[in-house]
Amino acid sequence: MFQLAPNHQDDIVRTAKIRFTFDGESFLAHEGETLAAALMRAKLLHIRDAPGDESPRGVFCCMGLCQECVVQVDGKTIESCRLSVSPDLHVTSLRRQLDT
Amino acid sequence: MITDTDIAVIGAGPAGCNAALLAAEYDFSVVMLDEQVSPGGQVWRAKSPAILSAPETPESVAGESVRNAISQSNVTHLGGVRVWHIERSEDAFVIHYENAGVSISLSCRCLVIATGARETIQPIPGWTLPGVVGMAGATSIFKQDLIPIGSKMVVSGTGPLVFFVAAEQQRLGGEVAAIVTSNTLLDWIKALPAMLLRPGLLFRGLRWITAMYVNRIPIYWGHTVTRVEGESSVSRVEFKKISKDWTPQGQPRFIECDCVSLGSGLISAFESFQLAGISLEHNSDLGGWIPKQEQDGRTNVGGCFICGDGAGIRGSLAAETHGKLAGLSAVAFLGAKINHSIVKLRREYTRAASFGEAMSKLSIPRPGLTKLTTAKTVVCRCEGITRAEIEDEMNLGAQSTISVKSGVRAGMGPCGGKFCQTAITDLIAKTKSCPVSQIAPPTARPPLRPISVNTLAGDFDYSDLPISKPSPL
Repeated sequence: MFQLAPNHQDDIVRTAKIRFTFDGESFLAHEGETLAAALMRAKLLHIRDAPGDESPRGVFCCMGLCQECVVQVDGKTIESCRLSVSPDLHVTSLRRQLDT
Repeated sequence: MITDTDIAVIGAGPAGCNAALLAAEYDFSVVMLDEQVSPGGQVWRAKSPAILSAPETPESVAGESVRNAISQSNVTHLGGVRVWHIERSEDAFVIHYENAGVSISLSCRCLVIATGARETIQPIPGWTLPGVVGMAGATSIFKQDLIPIGSKMVVSGTGPLVFFVAAEQQRLGGEVAAIVTSNTLLDWIKALPAMLLRPGLLFRGLRWITAMYVNRIPIYWGHTVTRVEGESSVSRVEFKKISKDWTPQGQPRFIECDCVSLGSGLISAFESFQLAGISLEHNSDLGGWIPKQEQDGRTNVGGCFICGDGAGIRGSLAAETHGKLAGLSAVAFLGAKINHSIVKLRREYTRAASFGEAMSKLSIPRPGLTKLTTAKTVVCRCEGITRAEIEDEMNLGAQSTISVKSGVRAGMGPCGGKFCQTAITDLIAKTKSCPVSQIAPPTARPPLRPISVNTLAGDFDYSDLPISKPSPL
């Protein structure tokens, strides 16, 4: 049937959910999706604080250019839009202080 | 010089893939390097491995077809690698790229640069808040991860992309609070003749817009978002009507939302061209600064060819044929006898380009939009530099993008000026009362992407370091 604006949300089959941690807190994500997407689903948008004015920052360009969504994994800095979630992923944010 | 490969292609979007595929048909060795794991570029971006199956879209079908073609060809595809520097010698080019934390060099006789475009977003108060994403950026999340962004999105920007972003947000189960677009219906009616060249796309666009009206999603034609508000993420946006030159005017109105997608057109990702030694020129109809070019992707640098949106914003349909033409130019440079019909390809290219240029015309921001950037607005996101700070530097004598960069570090942060240079160029041009075409972008410096010092240093022994003899006193 022709649909003017179909909703495909229920027609998408994803991998099983696994757990990862972000600043010690546990979250669920589909294995293989980007960390940026997993954090969006968890409604965790504030990923980093800017080094200068300490303003909150999050995923912005979504293609590895702007460096706004960078996090640290095993001591290395990486963009969350270019990082796949895998089991045993432990992410440390570059936030100055956690939201209370 | 004996090189690692005959032809290297940087970028695996519609242009790069088609250039690589055609060059490989002539039995040259072709290596195609790309930042993404799978070919496709931004327009045909592949789904993440988390997606096992999903309904097809025109983009996913085109992407799958080119990915199959690449995997069945003799093209060596290096995915998930980042080119950070390009050097040239008399008869060869050397590309330095990062692969899994290691820097590797690749030499080639002939180089095709198909690095595409990036988004321009006019800085507005609050645009650094989490929950603000680029419009092209939103499509990247949609295509790769197939999730909506936030629960209630405002889409604000120029050109056809606003409708695609809104339609995809809904298709993936998200809500659209409103579409705010700088274009008027009259702008679109004027573009109709060019759109008739691609009736399929015209129909798709009309369907998106009809669906918005049926679903009672407000479309504010001739308006723009002027401010984003929120504490640690977006809570609402302020928007205003705009004049013919897109100057915001009239009473502010507000829309509640938890995310906003902004975008005002695309510009060439020209840094790779600069590193390869290609001069830039300004063409406002094609997005601003673009590499100087001759027919079929030839440039002033022998053996270096360009194609796709990086050569000027003409869209993905034009990029495909431009890629083929550049691929043929490359193999002809290496001495092959061409057995494809260049005339036919050029005709196809001209047709696709006129559609793309009409879409660019709708997307390119008009001068009034620069007024969105207030004195206190952060222009350089990386370093947190405001418009007022940049203007102070100009008052002290900074007259070029390079002097603003070295003076206040605007454009020197980890993004390398990719999201502030357009606004800085506009500010300098306004202060000097000269056209933007006279304000050149800064000299491109490696690295093209952030790279760790460990990766740059690689493995070495201190005894291997060349130490020159002290100079005589």
